[in-house]
Amino acid sequence: MSYKSIRARFFRSLITTLTLVLAVSFLAFSQISIDIADAMLVSGDPVFQRSLLQSGYDILPDSTSLAASPKQRWIVVLSLLVCVVGIINAQLMSVTERFREIGTMKCLGALDRFIVRIFVMEASIQGFAGSVAGAFLGGTAACMGAIFRFGTDITTILPWSGLFTSLIIAIATGMLLSLLGVLYPAIMAARMQPVEAMRVEQ
Amino acid sequence: MTKKQIVRVTDVTKDFDLGKIVVNVLKGIDLEIETGKYVSIMGPSGSGKSTLFNMIGGLDKPTTGKVFIDEVDIAQLDAYELAWLRCRKIGYIFQTFNLIPVMTALENVTLPMTFAGTPGEAAVSRGMELLVQVGLEGRHGHKPAELSGGQQQRVAVARALANSPSIILADEPTGNLDLKTGEEIISLLKEMSEEQGVTVISATHDYKMLNVSDQVIWIRDGRVDKIQDRDELEIHTGGMSS
Repeated sequence: MSYKSIRARFFRSLITTLTLVLAVSFLAFSQISIDIADAMLVSGDPVFQRSLLQSGYDILPDSTSLAASPKQRWIVVLSLLVCVVGIINAQLMSVTERFREIGTMKCLGALDRFIVRIFVMEASIQGFAGSVAGAFLGGTAACMGAIFRFGTDITTILPWSGLFTSLIIAIATGMLLSLLGVLYPAIMAARMQPVEAMRVEQ
Repeated sequence: MTKKQIVRVTDVTKDFDLGKIVVNVLKGIDLEIETGKYVSIMGPSGSGKSTLFNMIGGLDKPTTGKVFIDEVDIAQLDAYELAWLRCRKIGYIFQTFNLIPVMTALENVTLPMTFAGTPGEAAVSRGMELLVQVGLEGRHGHKPAELSGGQQQRVAVARALANSPSIILADEPTGNLDLKTGEEIISLLKEMSEEQGVTVISATHDYKMLNVSDQVIWIRDGRVDKIQDRDELEIHTGGMSS
């Protein structure tokens, strides 16, 4: 049923999902870039270390990891924040648009939790699709960027398990954001009295 | 057998607070509706018909007074019990059909059964049965947008009957239909009420409804104007239907 609702409002779902794709891909991009840089550092190859320095990373002696700079972290957090606000906005619209539908369901005896479940289900589908797409987009972009900057030699030292973990983290974050964004609209929909829903003119 | 009252409304008033002014829409209504009857609530627009209707359906709470359904005071019920009541006891039919646009006819009919916890297969077979009963054989896979107004209302009738309710509340079921399809829906409702012993309560200002009603309740200005049984009614209809 959620799937059908999404298909019926495909274009708007697409926009909601796209917000998520962009935010998650940015997150994945910055995470994976760091993963790659870390791997280059750990490899101990002087050529890689030199190119790292050239591309603006500050390498402290004896360190084994390059943490993201606070500024970079802020940008990621901000992008995620903007994304949540966007999702809340889109989901609120989707709730208002479906006032009558929700009211009808309540008249037919739907419990509040059923209404919440509809919206949460939809959000998880969108969240999953958006996050997966975003994570792979960001991951691919980061890898391509690294190859472009540091040469194809880099493929030999790519930290696959680290990249994979970063991807999973990015996807999980995306899903979480999507659910976070739908929570308030869904509760609002469920709390609505059926008569109010019937009064809304189409 | 003593006649059982399915709905009892005692001294119900309802005020709507519009900020600056308070409108009292219902000014003390007393009603008793017997099981298995086909009752029409008639009255001009603005007379409080729909408000009364929402009270009986448990959609709205009266300002004062009590509404009993099956001898249960619905003001005493919590949200969960109200949902249960709406699900099992009451079937709704709306003026604007209110089918879920993304679902097929069959899914619309099985929706209340899902709420009631009927297992999928049983719901589907009952849904198909109901669609045949309302004369929509073979249209189960159609979306509401692919059905005509009359057909949509038939789906709504089937949906209202899904959980075998004891009451069907129809709020101007023919309001959005042309004369002929309106008549078809009315006779369908009548048929269902006779076959299954369901109490049908409909708010309307459609005089076609009078011919099939066992009882007509006239509402005027927030009060019950008069209650007429079928036999008293025959005398009047000639003059009014013109």
